[in-house]
Amino acid sequence: MHGVDANAPPTKGPDAGSRFRGFHEVSIPDTGQRIACAPGENILRAMERLNLRLIPVGCRGGGCGVCRIRVRCGKYVTRRMSRIHVSAADEAAGIALACCLMPQGDLEIEVLGSGTSNPMSTVNPLQG
Amino acid sequence: MAQSAVIRPGHVCLRVLDLEAAVRHYRDRVGLLEIERDSEGRVYLKGWDEQDWFSVVLREADHPGMDFLGFKVLGTDALARLESDLNAWGCVTERMPAGELRHCGERVRFQLPTGHVVELYAQKDFMGNGLGRVNPDPWLEGVKGMQAQRFDHCLLYGRDIDGNIALLRDVLKFDLTEKVVDGELVVAAFLSCSNKAHDIAFVRHAEDGKFHHASFLLGTWEEVLRAADIIAMHDISLDLGPTRHGITRGRTIYFFDPSGNRNEVFCGDYTWYPDHEPIIWTADQIGRAIFYHDRRLNENFLNVVT
Repeated sequence: MHGVDANAPPTKGPDAGSRFRGFHEVSIPDTGQRIACAPGENILRAMERLNLRLIPVGCRGGGCGVCRIRVRCGKYVTRRMSRIHVSAADEAAGIALACCLMPQGDLEIEVLGSGTSNPMSTVNPLQG
Repeated sequence: MAQSAVIRPGHVCLRVLDLEAAVRHYRDRVGLLEIERDSEGRVYLKGWDEQDWFSVVLREADHPGMDFLGFKVLGTDALARLESDLNAWGCVTERMPAGELRHCGERVRFQLPTGHVVELYAQKDFMGNGLGRVNPDPWLEGVKGMQAQRFDHCLLYGRDIDGNIALLRDVLKFDLTEKVVDGELVVAAFLSCSNKAHDIAFVRHAEDGKFHHASFLLGTWEEVLRAADIIAMHDISLDLGPTRHGITRGRTIYFFDPSGNRNEVFCGDYTWYPDHEPIIWTADQIGRAIFYHDRRLNENFLNVVT
């Protein structure tokens, strides 16, 4: 675990708004959607458990970068993520991969994604 | 065997974010045997039915992906000849000294046009599969997890896959077994140096040097289903399957190691002979080419790489 408290944006405060005791509420203001994260649970996992599709899901291991997000405010810890997708400067700016980010309070985030796409996606439009 | 002096993919070195988590994954879940560790902290593993000392090397790094892929060739004469053939083709090579990888002889290293590092070697120490060579039993007891028999192939992503195909066919004498075409453009290619439907594969991609998956061989479809059970039992990140590929006919399941490197375990392709003509898949049928049952290709299979 790499604590990022020193660089984290200011916290929002106690978990007064959480629906469940001990759960942290992750909100995406751009879309108005919310994810209730269990203690110690990463955001992507909580999202998948709730059967929501708010953040793209890739490898779930910090390697592929498709679940890249930025935390606008709130406290969290991360586990090791690919430096290709999250540089030290990114990390200091609150950028992380949702599969590696465990909230320690309520968070506000925005979804960034990886921004790369295979040319086969366009030469042959996918049906999925 | 085809005419190639290259015998098989003999090892792959993968970068991982957390070495011990990766060792637990490859040893306890995929079922490789942990053989040893070197002074740089790299971990060496092999499938139970492999005869050589190792086939997978794990190295901790700050980003996952593939360091290099090694092919074993038939003898040191072939190694020297292929080295000069590579040079004549315009490919710069570098000799990695014997012992740089434990129990492995000198390796001739070069870069594919897609930026992937590939190496050839002629010698690796014999460990055996634990069954002996005289009146052996058919399988090894006590193997964990999915009980992968051996490392089989890699699928790599990059831009100039035409250059890769040319190098592998013209210099290393691989056969093109199957390709996916969009008009004149080759978007995916499968190549064999042996009797297998593929020993290496490429998909055209905007970024060079990307790793899609390392694949390990299982014996039966039942074992592929059992691998799926193990993936669920241990909450391993599932990509997709179990299913069937149109390309190579493999029965397969895809999942990720704890650092996000994709793995495949599969069984059952067909026998390739060097007098066969390549199979062609057209882009309008890409769905069933890749996933024969769903007949639909998903975004993740195209875009999630390390």
